[in-house]
Amino acid sequence: MTARGLPLLVAVALLAGTLAPVRYAAPSENFVPVAGPHNGPGARSAPGRYWANQPRALPGRGPQRAFLARWGGRYQGQSPWLVWAADSGGPAAQAEEFLIAAHEVGRHGGRLVVTQRAEPRTLNPVTVADAPSRDVIRPTTADLVHINRETQLTEPALARSWTVSPDGRRMTLQLRRGIRFSDGHPFDADDVVFSFEVYQDPKIDSPQRELLGVAGRPMAVKKVDRYTVQFDLAEPRAVGERLFDTVAMLPKHRLEQVYREGRLPEAWRLGTAPSDMAGLGPFRFQQHLPGQRVALERNPYYWKVDRAGGRLPYLDGVTFVTVTNEDAQVLRFQAGEADVLARIGAENFAVLEREQTSRGYVLKDLGPGLEYSMLFFNLNALPGTQGAIAAKQNWFRVTAFRQAVSAAIDRDSIVRLVYRGRATPLAGHVTPGNRLWTNPQLRPPARSTARASELLRQAGFRMSDARRVVDAQGQPVEFSILVSASNPVLNQVATIIQSDLGQVGMRVRIVPFEFRAMLDRIFKTYEYEAALLPLGGGDGDPNSEMNVWLSSGPQHLWHLGQQQPATPWEAEIDRVMRAQVSMLDASARKRAYDRVQQIVAENLPFIFLVSPNVLVGARRDLGNFRPAVLEPQVLWNVDELFWRRPSSGPSP
Amino acid sequence: MSRPTRGGIAGMLLAGIYASAALAGFLAPYDPIEQNRGLAFAPPARLRLVDASGRLHLRPFVYALVPRPGTFDYDEDVSRPYPIRLFPEGAAHRIAGLIPSNHHLFGVDDPARLFLIGSDEYGRDLLSRLIHGARISPVAGLLAASLAVSVGLVLGGVAGFYGGVTDQVLMRCAELVMAVPWLYLLLAVRAALPLALEPRDAFLLVIAVIGTVGWARPARLVRSVVLSARTRDYVLAARSFGASDARVLRRHVLPEALGVAFTQLALLVPQCILAEVTLSFFGLGVGEPLPSWGNMLAGVQRFHVLASYWWMFLPGLALVPIFLIYYAVTDVLHRHLVLRAP
Repeated sequence: MTARGLPLLVAVALLAGTLAPVRYAAPSENFVPVAGPHNGPGARSAPGRYWANQPRALPGRGPQRAFLARWGGRYQGQSPWLVWAADSGGPAAQAEEFLIAAHEVGRHGGRLVVTQRAEPRTLNPVTVADAPSRDVIRPTTADLVHINRETQLTEPALARSWTVSPDGRRMTLQLRRGIRFSDGHPFDADDVVFSFEVYQDPKIDSPQRELLGVAGRPMAVKKVDRYTVQFDLAEPRAVGERLFDTVAMLPKHRLEQVYREGRLPEAWRLGTAPSDMAGLGPFRFQQHLPGQRVALERNPYYWKVDRAGGRLPYLDGVTFVTVTNEDAQVLRFQAGEADVLARIGAENFAVLEREQTSRGYVLKDLGPGLEYSMLFFNLNALPGTQGAIAAKQNWFRVTAFRQAVSAAIDRDSIVRLVYRGRATPLAGHVTPGNRLWTNPQLRPPARSTARASELLRQAGFRMSDARRVVDAQGQPVEFSILVSASNPVLNQVATIIQSDLGQVGMRVRIVPFEFRAMLDRIFKTYEYEAALLPLGGGDGDPNSEMNVWLSSGPQHLWHLGQQQPATPWEAEIDRVMRAQVSMLDASARKRAYDRVQQIVAENLPFIFLVSPNVLVGARRDLGNFRPAVLEPQVLWNVDELFWRRPSSGPSP
Repeated sequence: MSRPTRGGIAGMLLAGIYASAALAGFLAPYDPIEQNRGLAFAPPARLRLVDASGRLHLRPFVYALVPRPGTFDYDEDVSRPYPIRLFPEGAAHRIAGLIPSNHHLFGVDDPARLFLIGSDEYGRDLLSRLIHGARISPVAGLLAASLAVSVGLVLGGVAGFYGGVTDQVLMRCAELVMAVPWLYLLLAVRAALPLALEPRDAFLLVIAVIGTVGWARPARLVRSVVLSARTRDYVLAARSFGASDARVLRRHVLPEALGVAFTQLALLVPQCILAEVTLSFFGLGVGEPLPSWGNMLAGVQRFHVLASYWWMFLPGLALVPIFLIYYAVTDVLHRHLVLRAP
């Protein structure tokens, strides 16, 4: 699931820290269940996508990002040289092939304090399914090919280069030579082959598995020589190298035995000794204080250097502190007790902005991210017991009805009142934040109650004497919108929609639900009429969106479990989405995806509302702070971050 | 004619509050769900007597507010004063739920708005919401607390009076009720209910849920009082004259516990009003856009509101006099019923 990109539902659980119950349930609640259709709370969800109740949690493959990781400590205290000599028989072994980073040269020292909404649950990169765990694991791991969060394009990581065969089915990766895990053990092709064996093992059921399989079939991974690995895909895949992003390379020497014994899913828990873990990221696991924090320390074997030849990372360590609600996170940041802050709500951003200069932090509005909010109707095939909802589906299935609802919604008011202007009205599912793929032809509909009424009239609805919309049978149109109770922002959006639709004569009830209970209804029981959800994350590439748009996709939210496409337009989306996967011509792919966006915008299975801007902040003297809209927004270049003043930044 | 007593004043105020709930549509200047999206988070209106040119007006007036683009800050448009009028026409409503009318007690001419205590995030008038909310929260709070205390009084009385197995069973039940994780139970309750609840059903549900959850504590207190009361000499005397259990309980024992019960009632009403917020979280409360004090207060519990819009707290302040009145009323009832003081 860390699927690179799969969009995720984010439920922004701002929760405001208010309600007693909420606080109570906080840990499990905020971190979402990633619950897919068949999983219980806390379980992983359908492949590829996380449901996160809190913003920073959005994953996607983005999150589980390509850092390297490694926990270790066996050789702590020894110099790298000694380790090297011990492991591989001396300097005769390969010299390290560093990646030279182009950023501003910084200075070493200091720690970074980051707040998290909940405690991580695991340190295992193979089975990780929750956002806080991913955030902690990400800086301790590395991938072969990495998506640069700033450019949204791939770049070399553990693989220094790669080639793709003309038919798009074979990729050959050259690994960086001489680099080491954080315990000093060398990294080579055996680790890569082992890692993919683990990720693709059906028994392990890693969230990565489905993403790696193209057309449902796993890749064949073959070691060519010590530093060359060959990947054969079952079918051609456009930009196949993006598959490697966020797939953390595992240390075979640490994990092979537990894997063969079938214990890998239980390995590397929070209580595991740091010396038993190893990774290729800029940091390695140092300490866990239950309920308080997880500390990472600098990995002395990291394989990147700056232009001056200094080994990265600059920071001595990163500390993740658990702070269970956004308001408390904001207060800590304001007080200087945390150094960076991601996914700030627009209201809190406005509050922080006022004291920006006096308190010594900088705030950045990165513009629209990949996340968006949308309203959708229940178009599932319902069991006979749900006659009441099934009767209303006769309205919901009418495209003109959905278009009328869309036309009646005042997106500009949502942007202004709820997001303080820091959001963008949307026409389709690819936000303007997705630079490579957004379809500029699609314009968000301007609010028009006249058009809404006209569309309703054409679809056979009429206005009753009491100024209510009634259908052809004289049944007044009224429905309920399910929304997560712990998400005040979406509750506000719902209240605005309620009032907007009231003005065209539809009666709408808002039904706030506990988040997991809500997901249960959407994924399992289908007992809802309409729902409001945030969806987002991912790496922006259409391939990461397959599970939403394919009619058989596990996140095809409005109508799950389809054997055959239920409508002609869903069939067309299926066809185009499947075709684009193997198009090697980038412009043809873009045209195909533009077409998908257009079909979606016309048929409105999701009624797109707005895309909130990505709002982040950091202490003013944090160097190389270049946040990005892709996850992890502020820590994607944690290996380059540094303190401009020595010893700045609080230490826990 | 004697001077009004403290209890009399409190009683009148309380009656006034419930009466104003009945007249909410008339007393409130606006429809509580009407959104003025250009006037979100408008501060409380500044009533003026002297206009921008220094002229004195006999009738208080306000200026219309003009939002500064991109913010929720407002400037006053001083070109035209809007005097406060009595009985202007406005949104249609029904007085006491019966008589249709579109007159309100006071207001100003369009396009100005008179937000005496400011507006909320959708530009809805807080005062109107507060007045309309009085139809729900104090009533629900009182009924729910009464339900909880009545059940507590009966069960606690029986447990204390009979002792033995009855006592054991009832008190263990009370402990069970206190120990049950109600949040999960509420989830189960919500799942068993229809998707969308009519406001009236939601209202009754709130009362039932809070009442059911809240009886254990008063029951334990009542039991302890009854336990000591039943051994009093006058109780023994009554028994020796052949009084039945029911009579002893009703005439001699339970009155002892009334003081405790009333105190509990006064303490529970505010708690019940706040409990409504919790229930709303589980989709069991009276939902948007209908105003209740619970959901108005829920909106305040966010940092940015705390930091920026102080008037959003005014609904909370409105609870203070209400609670004081409740305490005064209970005090009086206690003295009259229990101590039998004049």
